Amino acid sequence: MISAFFIFNLKGEVLISRLYRTDFKRSIADVFRIQVVSNSDVRSPIITLGSTSFFHVRVNNIYVVAVTKTNANAALVFEYCYRFNNIAKSYFGKIDEEAVKNNFVLIYELVDEILDFGYPQNSEIDTLKSYITTESVMSTAIEESSKITIQATGATNWRRGDVKYKKNEAFVDVVETVNLSMSAKGTILRADVDAHIQMRAYLTGTPECKFGLNDKLVIDKNGPGGTDAVQLDDCQFHQCVRLNEFDETRTISFIPPDGEFELMRYRCTSNVKLPLRVIPTINEIGTSQVSYTIIVKANFNNKLSATNVVLRIPTPLNTTTVDCKVVTGKAKYVPAENVVVWKIPRLQGGQECGFTATADLTSTTNRQVWARPPIDVEFQVLMLTASGLIVRFLKVFEKSNYQSIKWVRYLTKASGTYQIRF
Amino acid sequence: MSIRPPRKGENYELSVDLNSEYRDKRKDAIKRVIASMTVGKDVSGLFPDVLKNMQTEDLEQKKLVYLYLMNYAKTQPELVILAVNTFVKDTDDPNPLVRALAIRTMGCLRAEKIIDYLSDPLQKCLRDENPYVRKTAALCVAKLYDLKPELVLENGFLTQLNDMIADSNPMVVANTVVALADIHSSAASQQPPASPTDPAYFTISSQILSRLLIALNECSEWGRVAILNALSRYETQDEKESEHICERVVPQFQHVNGSVVLAAVKVIMIHMRHVTREDLIKQLIRKMAPPLVTLLSSPPEVQWVALRNINLLLQKRSELLSNEMRVFFCKYNDPLYVKVEKVDIMVRLANDHNVDALLSELKEYASEVDVDFVRKSIKAIGQTAVKIDAAAERCVNVLLDLIATRVSYVVQEAVVVMKDIFRKYPSTYEGVIPTLCANLDELDEPEAKASLIWIIGEYASKIDNADELLAIFVDSFTEESYQVQLQALTAVVKLFLVKPDSSQTLVQRVLNTATKDCDSPDVRDRAYIYWRLLSTDPGAAKAVVLAHRPPISIQRTTVSPALLEELLGEVSSLASVYHKPPETFIGRGRVGADTVQRKGAELDERLSTQKALQTVVAGQQAENLLDFDDAPAADGQPSGLAATQILSQTPAAANLLAGTSSNPLDDLVSIFGGASLAPSTPLPPSNSNPLGSFGFGGNLNGLGTPAFSTPIPTVTTSAPSQPANQPQDDLLGLF
Repeated sequence: MISAFFIFNLKGEVLISRLYRTDFKRSIADVFRIQVVSNSDVRSPIITLGSTSFFHVRVNNIYVVAVTKTNANAALVFEYCYRFNNIAKSYFGKIDEEAVKNNFVLIYELVDEILDFGYPQNSEIDTLKSYITTESVMSTAIEESSKITIQATGATNWRRGDVKYKKNEAFVDVVETVNLSMSAKGTILRADVDAHIQMRAYLTGTPECKFGLNDKLVIDKNGPGGTDAVQLDDCQFHQCVRLNEFDETRTISFIPPDGEFELMRYRCTSNVKLPLRVIPTINEIGTSQVSYTIIVKANFNNKLSATNVVLRIPTPLNTTTVDCKVVTGKAKYVPAENVVVWKIPRLQGGQECGFTATADLTSTTNRQVWARPPIDVEFQVLMLTASGLIVRFLKVFEKSNYQSIKWVRYLTKASGTYQIRF
Repeated sequence: MSIRPPRKGENYELSVDLNSEYRDKRKDAIKRVIASMTVGKDVSGLFPDVLKNMQTEDLEQKKLVYLYLMNYAKTQPELVILAVNTFVKDTDDPNPLVRALAIRTMGCLRAEKIIDYLSDPLQKCLRDENPYVRKTAALCVAKLYDLKPELVLENGFLTQLNDMIADSNPMVVANTVVALADIHSSAASQQPPASPTDPAYFTISSQILSRLLIALNECSEWGRVAILNALSRYETQDEKESEHICERVVPQFQHVNGSVVLAAVKVIMIHMRHVTREDLIKQLIRKMAPPLVTLLSSPPEVQWVALRNINLLLQKRSELLSNEMRVFFCKYNDPLYVKVEKVDIMVRLANDHNVDALLSELKEYASEVDVDFVRKSIKAIGQTAVKIDAAAERCVNVLLDLIATRVSYVVQEAVVVMKDIFRKYPSTYEGVIPTLCANLDELDEPEAKASLIWIIGEYASKIDNADELLAIFVDSFTEESYQVQLQALTAVVKLFLVKPDSSQTLVQRVLNTATKDCDSPDVRDRAYIYWRLLSTDPGAAKAVVLAHRPPISIQRTTVSPALLEELLGEVSSLASVYHKPPETFIGRGRVGADTVQRKGAELDERLSTQKALQTVVAGQQAENLLDFDDAPAADGQPSGLAATQILSQTPAAANLLAGTSSNPLDDLVSIFGGASLAPSTPLPPSNSNPLGSFGFGGNLNGLGTPAFSTPIPTVTTSAPSQPANQPQDDLLGLF
């Protein structure tokens, strides 16, 4: 499996190096530096040289690299790299060169715990935090360690048994990300929702939870759908959810980990309500000017509002200046990215606002036409789900029969995936 | 400890600190040692000083010292002995974390001396009451096997591992499976391979199977992948068992970890082979589709692995995602490798209903910035045209729009693609020719030039100024690349055969130049053949050069059927990502190449029987090709890596008629030297035939249509495929 694990910075310096197998030497790190870090044209996340394969994931200003000499499971290796990133983020708050350099001892400790002989072991953040900490642990607390080890290997290795809270609470956040591609003619090429349900459980003991949505789980799309039911194309669960039970009876039941975790992910393609409608009119006037008129409409209940709305409107590469006029928000030309960024802090439901601009171009000898990248829209709307999904219930059963308070929040957002061509 | 480090410098300072009386100072020094080790400085001289800090209550410090030991144990085997005592003592520590840590580290030390001390503690830890220790010990057996297999066998660790599959703790079961599988694969890859009865082989009995299925639902995500991998290796007794496994594995499709989903797909694809109930197969396929689509919202790297696998799955089960083309539409900010793969899959999913959406997408992509991606999109338009007859005209219109942009690389790629469309739909789109010819001056790539010349030659009778156009290329004949030369030669001959009056001088000129001033043997040979044909029997020349060409079609698979089956058993592995058998990239140099060859030969044998039957039928129809009877045809199905690059080798005869170039035999001779090939290349018996000296077995690559194949097989298939394949594999095995 994974024979070695490295972290490089952008200069190709080794920040972390851990070899699990002896099939090659430490100098293998130099090969990666030459082939990937200093190569400006890397066209695949896996590079195989001879019989050695490098899997790399770039995050902020570091490369996380796994090396193998076998016919490794590529999906597993990448999932592992991303898991490592998540664990590191959770431990250090961020993952970049500085964080890695400041915490290299802890990282060694972590990678030894989550990867043994190149095979991933326990990677549950909650459990890891119980025995790999930033303070030094003395080996005298034997009872404590026994408990930890039982938990790290147990059937519910994501939860400690002795959790106690004065106030039993559970927070459910439904976060939907809308993907949109709209063609220049205004037809919708693709509109779907990728969502995840984040849960923060502060519950005493070992609670048994049941969770219900207004979904009509149509794995078989031909089946009849209810009126208010939402058709989910697919859903995936945290490992605490009993998959075989879901497969048989479609109930979502689980013992939650303590604290925050991602309970489920789902995907929905039918009846997606697009929160923002963008109508662009962009004309190239000769070769020296481009005129923009863009209207944004908020397409939802007027009690709600979209916040942090950002439109990135591309300009041709040879733009010199852009003259923008907006009523709401602020618009600014960013030459480095060849875009005009139009920020609207708040947009009430049903409201509409406009943007007009002219971009002046320098004349070039280059005959290449402007590629017209799409307009990208970012936004957040609280208490709205584009798919129409709502949480029906969350039941908590525990031996001591305590009362628990549940909170549900909805959020629909887009970042980098809501694209309108023109 | 023979040489003391000099009394100055960084290492000396560290050594002083390591021996400090203050605990904090010592710990800090260890950290600094590890930091130097990471950046590649040699701190092996500090071994004894670091070792002194091993015995400590502080777990973190212990771990650091262990980390240091793991790195340098190999270079200081004598000194490691000093550490053994502490390790053995630690495996008796009341704290399970310490016990596990000790056994984990001992397995990683990889020093001969310490191994002999490992057996007893390992024995004890395998039976430890704490599951955390047991699961660590299980993996340690695999580590030991990697180092000294005899020791594992002697101590009966393997039997112990096999017993541990029944452990009550799912994590222990998972790690046991991991260890057994690891030992299995290292035993299987030994040279020479161990006998099939070797105890190191991990045979899964039906009893083990039921235990695995139980543990599957309880263990961690990584454990699930390991268990699913083991399940995929199980050989079922009957159909019922296969069905049972499939049903038990299906719930794993809902797992959030992409590698679990793909591992489940793999198990299902393997065990579905034995399922005959149509409704169950349908149901499994239907359940497989949504999770695969969901993988497209994962991070780009995982997405890419998924896409490569989806590509394979579609080759086997084209119905899998038939309604899902839209989810493969590229996002503007997708990385290039993801986009290219998506386009490939979109073409696979194209049908009458979604072709309009597909074309408008592809047209959009053709205006993007990245040249490779633009070319790929234009190619995809051509493939769509060839695949869906009804959409051909729309594709041609899109291509004309693209040509109108006058962006050099767009125009050139479009011309190449047009040639394929002309080939597939002869005499349908002649109206396009003037537009293509208008861009003649812009073409600078050999492939585009060759394509346009082919089109001109093909429609010479209908293009009034064909002789003028071709004369341009004849004038610059010696400066052109071979590919263009070959095409120009053939095109002029075609022109001469349809319009003998106006092009007499042109054909004389081109034959003269090609035979006298040209340094490519291919071009010279072809020119001589034409010359002789034209001078002895113009009728025969006509029959040969203007013969009817077999139609082309888009290939449903990019790998041979046998390889496809093999790769589907490797879903989510590196092999499935590369679409190559694992031997091609994990082999040990030449040995690896040999195994590929062996595989290829087996594969060819299976295919050649099939081919021979088709040949008889085709031979009867191919009267006009009789002249080529004696020609050897290297018509082997490429295997291994070759399959991904050279997708189809077409019948030699048809190949010549189409006027293609690039004969792989010749190319390979030049690479490997004649000696390696000469004895095995069956030369035609009658060398009096002028065609005999011409090497056959070219492929359509020369014409730039790697994705197309002619379904009509060769006239003679004595299947001398070996010589053609062998050198290719050799070459590719080297990478």
